[in-house]
Amino acid sequence: MLSNEQVREKVIDIIADIALDSDLSGLNDQEALRDQLDLDSMDFLDIVMELKKRHKIEVPQEDYPQLRSMSSCVEYLAPKFNV
Amino acid sequence: MTQLKTKSLHERIVITGIGLTSPLGNNLAELRENLLLGKSGITHGEIRHMGIQALGKCHFDEQAYQSKKMRKRGTRAGAISIYCAHEALKDGFYDLKNIASDRVGVYLGITEHGNVETEQEIHELYNSHDKNVEFWSHHHNPRTVANNPAGEVTLNLSITGPHYTIGAACAAGNLGIIQGVQQLLLGEVDLALAGGISESTETFGIFAAFMAQGALGKNIDPTKASKPLDKDRNGIVVSEGGAIYLLERLSDALARNAKIYGEIVGYHSNSDASDFVLPNDIRQAECMQKAIAKAGLKPSDIHLVNMHATGTHLGDIQECKAVQKVFHDCPHTYVNATKGFIGHAMGAAGALELAGNIPSFFDHQIHPCKNIDQLDPECAITNLVISEKKEAVVETILNNSFGMLGINSSLIVKKYKE
Repeated sequence: MLSNEQVREKVIDIIADIALDSDLSGLNDQEALRDQLDLDSMDFLDIVMELKKRHKIEVPQEDYPQLRSMSSCVEYLAPKFNV
Repeated sequence: MTQLKTKSLHERIVITGIGLTSPLGNNLAELRENLLLGKSGITHGEIRHMGIQALGKCHFDEQAYQSKKMRKRGTRAGAISIYCAHEALKDGFYDLKNIASDRVGVYLGITEHGNVETEQEIHELYNSHDKNVEFWSHHHNPRTVANNPAGEVTLNLSITGPHYTIGAACAAGNLGIIQGVQQLLLGEVDLALAGGISESTETFGIFAAFMAQGALGKNIDPTKASKPLDKDRNGIVVSEGGAIYLLERLSDALARNAKIYGEIVGYHSNSDASDFVLPNDIRQAECMQKAIAKAGLKPSDIHLVNMHATGTHLGDIQECKAVQKVFHDCPHTYVNATKGFIGHAMGAAGALELAGNIPSFFDHQIHPCKNIDQLDPECAITNLVISEKKEAVVETILNNSFGMLGINSSLIVKKYKE
């Protein structure tokens, strides 16, 4: 059973490999990721692909808005990590 | 009478900047110095499924003009193109703030594009994902579309004019430059970033196909693997690289007091229409002759011919026949070849090799060929600069670049004079 903090760390690990030029240390979990980091639609597809490759987690297209902020990511992904 | 003439357009087109990366240097001064010193850019490197092979790699800083994220998203060809484009602008002291972004065009010659990414995706599909195409990358298409290298330049530099690549096998470097010239003459753009690029050392398929053809250059000493015109040559050494030229109309270049490397006074391209891979000396000679005629010159007006000379047995002989036919009675026309130093940079070859020779206009030296230990008697053409650099007045260069499917190109650059 992963805690929300552990889920957050796994998401951060993925984003760190995508937003390679960004500093993630001051991330505001409530704010949209796109407003804080240099992320575009291709990057969000990368996040979806890495969730699938690393953790076998599927994110259907209709759920992409759930990846808007770190807190919404954790809320949406925690149950999937803990299946 | 040396301006390039078309039916209705009489503008003169000049080179005002050169950006390059090659196995022998990451700018024109480095490449030139190493050619004159006789250095080799060829090393041994690991190729997937094939082990150690001779190849020519570049060592430029990929992060000089590109973020890590965008480098990861793009391709090696895109990274080479972005580096060369920035270097060309820097070399030409050209600030893109001084031109409308839609008046700049990017025209890059490529031998092939997409093999690298496709091989990598298939490798991962079979070895990591059990052939489940759900893991196929969404980056595949933007990385493999043929315009990718030129498109990455426009994205990086916020250029909104046209961009595309010219697929012309190993004649592509010349053809990219020719495309830039033509678009300037047509008035489509006011500045062309034009040349050729190659990422082919990242793909085993190119190496394996040359090996299957009996045309992959090899030697225990990698610096001896590329031996164009030598009796013991055994094939092509694949290299990567790029060269991008700033091309402008002469009037624009003079208006901004630009440094002018030379004027493109003539060119020609034709087709063998005879074989998929074997070259045709008659068409090659015809290509050179028509380029010379378009420039309003005679063969004896050409001071330096840079041969395509890849190091294949038949290809070198055929080109020597063609060069000899055109220049046999030209006592002041010298001939050299570059691939013994840097291998065959594929789509970049024509543009890179021209760059290596352009400084002859100013330093009055002709770099020799490399690795001709025993000249093939069938390649013993007049005034071949075999192993020692030569002092000479060079004011006109003819640059040959030929490719598979029988595509030939000859480009003539003249030292600028008012």
